[in-house]
Formats: sequence, structure tokens, C-alpha cells
Amino acid sequence: MPRVLTGNRLETGDVLWWNGSDWSPRIADAVAIGDEGEALVARLVAEERINDPVLIDVTGEPGAFVPTTTRERVRASGPSVRADLARGSLSVEVI
Amino acid sequence: MDNQDQQAVAGAPTPALDDAPARLRLRDDAPFESPIAPLADFLAGGNFAAVRLEPGDDARALIPHFGRLKLIEVAFPKFRDGRGYSAARILREAGFSGEIRAAGDVLVDQLGFMRRVGFDSFAPNAPLDPGTVAATLDRFPHVYMKSSDGRPPVWALRHG
Amino acid sequence: MYRYDQYDQAIVDARVAEFKDQVARRLRNEITEDQFKPLRLMNGLYLQLHAYMLRVAIPYGTLSGTQMRMLAHIARKYDRDYGHFTTRQNIQYNWIKLEQFADLLDDLSKVEMHAFQTSGNCIRNISSDQFAGAAADEVADPRPYAELLRQWSTLHPEFSFLPRKFKIAVIASDTDRAAIQLHDIGLQLRRNDAGDLGFRVYVGGGMGRTPILGQVVRDWIPVGQFLSYSEAILRVYNRYGRRDNIYKARIKILVTELGIEEFTRQVEAEWALLEPLGLDAPQAEYDRIIAQFAPPAFDPAANDDLDLSDPDFRLWVEQNVHPHKAPGYAIATISLKPRAGIPGDASSAQMDVIADLAERYAQDEIRVTHSQNLVLAHVRKSDLYAVWQALEAVDLATPNLDLVTDIIACPGMDYCTLANARSIPIAQKIAAKFENDIAEQRDIGELKIKVSGCINGCGHHHAGHIGILGVDKKGEEAYQLLLGGSGAEDASLAKILGPGFDENGIVAAVDRLIAFYRSARAAPDERFLDTYRRLGPAPFKAAVYG
Repeated sequence: MPRVLTGNRLETGDVLWWNGSDWSPRIADAVAIGDEGEALVARLVAEERINDPVLIDVTGEPGAFVPTTTRERVRASGPSVRADLARGSLSVEVI
Repeated sequence: MDNQDQQAVAGAPTPALDDAPARLRLRDDAPFESPIAPLADFLAGGNFAAVRLEPGDDARALIPHFGRLKLIEVAFPKFRDGRGYSAARILREAGFSGEIRAAGDVLVDQLGFMRRVGFDSFAPNAPLDPGTVAATLDRFPHVYMKSSDGRPPVWALRHG
Repeated sequence: MYRYDQYDQAIVDARVAEFKDQVARRLRNEITEDQFKPLRLMNGLYLQLHAYMLRVAIPYGTLSGTQMRMLAHIARKYDRDYGHFTTRQNIQYNWIKLEQFADLLDDLSKVEMHAFQTSGNCIRNISSDQFAGAAADEVADPRPYAELLRQWSTLHPEFSFLPRKFKIAVIASDTDRAAIQLHDIGLQLRRNDAGDLGFRVYVGGGMGRTPILGQVVRDWIPVGQFLSYSEAILRVYNRYGRRDNIYKARIKILVTELGIEEFTRQVEAEWALLEPLGLDAPQAEYDRIIAQFAPPAFDPAANDDLDLSDPDFRLWVEQNVHPHKAPGYAIATISLKPRAGIPGDASSAQMDVIADLAERYAQDEIRVTHSQNLVLAHVRKSDLYAVWQALEAVDLATPNLDLVTDIIACPGMDYCTLANARSIPIAQKIAAKFENDIAEQRDIGELKIKVSGCINGCGHHHAGHIGILGVDKKGEEAYQLLLGGSGAEDASLAKILGPGFDENGIVAAVDRLIAFYRSARAAPDERFLDTYRRLGPAPFKAAVYG
């Protein structure tokens, strides 16, 4: 099962995904993370700029990854009860 | 000792910064450095003038021995464990006027509370930034409640 | 209501400056997130699923029109144009940025507000009766004592790193509108035969993983000594509360493990040492604060009649308006549970309307209830119709107080990082079955449904006549069903009825419960809770699980 890297930006709290070279606010930009993931997380934790960096399981293909847990789907799409505030990179419908 | 630590810190009484273990003292007397006994050893009758309280120790066990104690160190293995605050205040309420030192995972943002409950020396694991220490200790112009530092609560100021 | 003097304002200003400095040091990486987290929590700032969440303190749930207007401003300027009123009588914002937080705190401090101690292992915002100062059955206004507690507990040097959070509620009548037996300390103000005021002190109540009702630690403490007595309770807790297991760290576990007799003995022994130290505020300070809560000058000539010829208005009055102690006045509850709404949410535009109404018609006071509604406590009966029309225009006049659609729900997994399941959609789906038929809701009568998205119980599911608890079942959202709880003076803890459900299953189960209740009640005015207490769980279980 593919994994992607996500976290929240310290300054804003924004939900972010790792696109291979930088952070993106869209899960659609996320890249699958291989065995290097744990080392990447360890480095990010030590840098103290991204809060709660974590590798999460997803299904689907790059560009259309869908997290396997409801919690992570909510993070990716926005509150299911406020479709007007949805992030747009993942439909609230998938929650 | 690094140079920064030698700068004086604002606040009365004039604090002095000493060699480890106490990185910050708010007392005028000479630092007392001698073996610090665990509570059990102290109570067992060893010839100690300094004792260490762990978070689970009962500070009141020391009350009969204040006469021979110069220093009571209160250990903070984790900064989130707040039992040491009660320990210091109990010691001051019971009349101990010697040095009470907070040692271990002591963070600069806790110094204000610690001074209020009666700590007057600090031996944190990590160095303290003198500027932040000064700002922290000078932060609050008033306090709402009595504690062990003699500061009048605002109700005393309001009603003279 | 209480207004800051120079000392209160100076302390708030210093606290804001302190946190600005802490934020700046965090942004410069001078402190780690692990070190910063307790600092930001003690300033009400959580990191949630989508952003930082800020919980602003509303002491004892009372605020002015000016303060409500500032809450609307905060929603517009720093958030996404809405806020969420909570079961702790506070307000939360869901989309806050750390880098804007200093400016936000400055704005709040301009109207004597802050976010101190709305989280963290410290003494939290003091809660109280939303009808304080207006209810006919109170012995005195409890809020001066809540304000004394607020000041005593603000930046308390000994009690800012407690084993766990600590919640105190104060009431002044036999009717309990603040769930005092579900608090760490619950205080009931009483008057003795000599006419003196004192408190009955409950300790060790709480919900969460291990729900327990509070027990009486002292039947009478004179009001003049209740602060030092509270100090004694907190000291025993700080020294001996468990720190080895976060789930056993609340004072309720300490009280249970020691037994109430031994706990009481320890508190009394501590108080014997503390009381002589002069920790209690002097009478002059009591008088100063009590004077600020002096009742407004009610007009003795206010008309006590009410024209109920408009049937929609009549519905609202019958359901959402309570008697006031002064003739010609009434207490109006503003429902934050509109059709298809999110329980407790209000837009900035709605907050502005409420602020205007409070200033114009309600002595410039608004209350937040632990049921996530708002109250205008002092409204002339002759103004009620105008108030209702203004509320109706912004969807704030739903006549459903205490009915099946007046559901408490925590933010749940739509927002909260602790949640195991979503709460709001469950509340919405249950409400949707009834919200188009107010007559049916009124026929069902008082029914308190409370939904939590995790075991921490912010949705008060253990105090629900029907409680719903979201759990994680192998990665899927699932819901447990509990019955028989009450947070009122007849306090009881809801018990699990049987196996859990998925989202649609729990909604259908509630439907079956209500249908069974209507067929089984002994009289039309027997409440769901009373029918449950009379019959026990077995027939309800049969009705749900067949």
C-alpha cells in the first residue's frame, strides 16, 4: 500500500503533503514515499518546523491518492459538514 | 561557565549566577555546595546539610530537621510534573528559610511560578538565556493570589 | 457584570505579552514543540485536524454585547466567519494561524477577554448557571463567587502543572443547570437558617473514560473561606493525583481510590494548615465584586402581560422562554440548533445581531449555556416579540429548547484530532427526522441527546437521556448507544444499552427508542428519562435490538 507524508505547518497550522521536494496544500500533489520515509520524518521532527509529520497509508494512484482512514480523509478534504470550506483537492464526498 | 551566564539578571533581590549546579540564584548568601542526600539517606541519620526531594517524597518529612538543613533540592524529572511546586510551598509555609533549588527539567517559562512558590535557586538541565530569564521574572506587575513570595494579591492592593 | 479594573487589565496585558514572547521564541526555534505545546495549550491554542483551534474563555458564560461583537470580529478577521459555542460555555475558532495569534490576543484584550487556561493541566474556565441573576429559585447570584474563583485560579503558581485538567462549576439553586456533579469541584451556594451564605462542596465528578458523580466533601463551607478550602482540595490533588496514567489522572480517580472519607480527612488536614495563612479575599473584595453583579434596575411598572396571538411567536415563547424573578421580565434562550445546522455554531453576522439585541433589549448581557445555546437573561416581556422577530430573521428562533432536535454535539472528527468518529453528522441526521414537525417534537417532550466523538466526552454523552459515543472500529466510524444519563439535579450516568452501530444504524436506533418511549410512557408528560427510569433498560433494549 502506498504511503504519503503529511504534517501541519508551524506558522499557520495548514495541512500539507510532501510532493517530493517541498510541501503542498493539496493531497493531489503528494508523492508516494518509499523506504526513505522514516529518515525523512526523523529529519523533519528534528527541524521543528512541521508539526506532527507522519506517514499515512493511501490507496489509488499518484494525483488521486485517497487516505485509508476517515480521519486522514477529513484532513485532506475539509470538514464533511462544511462543503463550502472544502480544500478542493479531495472531494468531501469521499469521507 | 559560558559568558552569557555571568551577566546579572534583573529583579530583586539582586540575583547571582553561579557555577553549576545552580545556574541561577535569587539569594544573597554564598552558594552552599555539598553532597545532596536522597531523602531516605537523610532521614536515616547521615550527616547532611542538603537533601533532595523526588516528586513523590513528602516535603513535610523534613520539617523536624530544618535546623540542620541549608539546601533542599526539589527534583523535576519532567517539567510537566508539578508536585514540586507544592513541595516548595509547603516548606516555606512551615518556615524553612534556607535555599530551595529546582533541579532538572526546569524551563525558563516556569521560573515565575517557581519563584512565587518559594524556589530561590535553579539548576536546570539546559542553560538559561539571561534576557529571557529577566523578562520572565519581571513579567507580571500584579498577582491575584497569595503564595510564598510575600507579594500582595490584588485584593490587598484594591483594599489597602 | 464584572468589569476589569487596572489590576485585571494589567495582568491580562502582561499575559498577552508573555505569550507573544513565547510564540516568537517558538517561531525562532528557541524552544521545541514539545516545550511550546503546554504553553500554547494554557493559552487555549490547540493544533487540530485542519489548523490551530483557539478556545476563548467566557468566564461563567457571561458576556456583553461589546464582547460578542468582538467575537464576531475575530471570526471575520482571523477565522472563516464563524465560531463554535462549547459545552464549557466558551467559544472555539477552527482556522486560526499561529503567526496571527498575537494580534488576535490584542484584539480580545481590548474587550477584557482572553484565552488563558482554556486548556492544559490547570484550573479551567469556571462555569455557572446560565440563568444566574434572573432565576427565581437562586439564593443569590452565583457569579460573584465564580469571579472570585476566576481570579484566584488565574496564573496560580502552585496549580498550573496539575496531573490533569480541573473544572469547577458554581450554582445557587436546587435546580442544577450547570451539571455540578459532573465537575472536579461542584459548588452549590446555599443559605443557612441564620441567613448566612455557604457552599455545599462536591468533588470528584466527571465524564470521560471513567464517568463518576461527584460526592460531598463538605456540606457547608462559609463563603468567606471557600477559596482557601478550594486551595486545600487542589493541593491534595496536586500532590497525590495519579501521574502514571493519563486516563487515571483526574481527581475523580484519586477520590475513588482513597474513598471519600479518607480524601475528606486529607483535605481537612490541609485546610487546617492553609486557612490561617490568610489566603481568602477580604469582605471588601467580596463586596466590590458583588456590587458589579447588582441586578439591573428592573422597571416595577413593566407590563407582565404577553400578546401570544401570533402562533409562531407563541410556540417560541412556550418552548424557549423561562420565567424571570422580576415581574414583567422573561429569560429568552436563543437556540443554536437550527434546521440542518451545526450544534453551537454561529456566524459573525448572527453574533452581531445577538450583540445588538443584548444591548437594546437585555441589559447588555448574553449567557452561553452548556447545552450550546445562548441566553438573553433580562428581557422585558413587552420586548419579546421584537426580539423574536429579529432572531427569526437570522435563523436563531428555532423553538426547540430541550427537545429532540436540541442536540449537543462536540466538533468530532470533522475538526478534532482526538476524535474517533464524527459527531455533527449524527446530530444532523437525527434532527432531520424531526425538525420539520415541531408538534411531534413537543409531543415527544424533553429529550436530551448528547453526542461525543471520543471517550473524552466533550459532547457529554454520559449525561444524555440518550448518549451517543463515537468509537473507532477497525478504522471505521462506529457508535455506542447509552441511555439514562442526566446532568441536572437528578444527576445520573448513562449506561451502554447494547452493541454499537454504524452511522445509519445509530440514527435508526434512536428512532426506534423514541417510538418505543411514546408507546410505553405512563402519561403524556412523562419524560423519556422518567420512562426509562421506571421501566429499566430491558424493554428499550428489546425495542432497539429486537
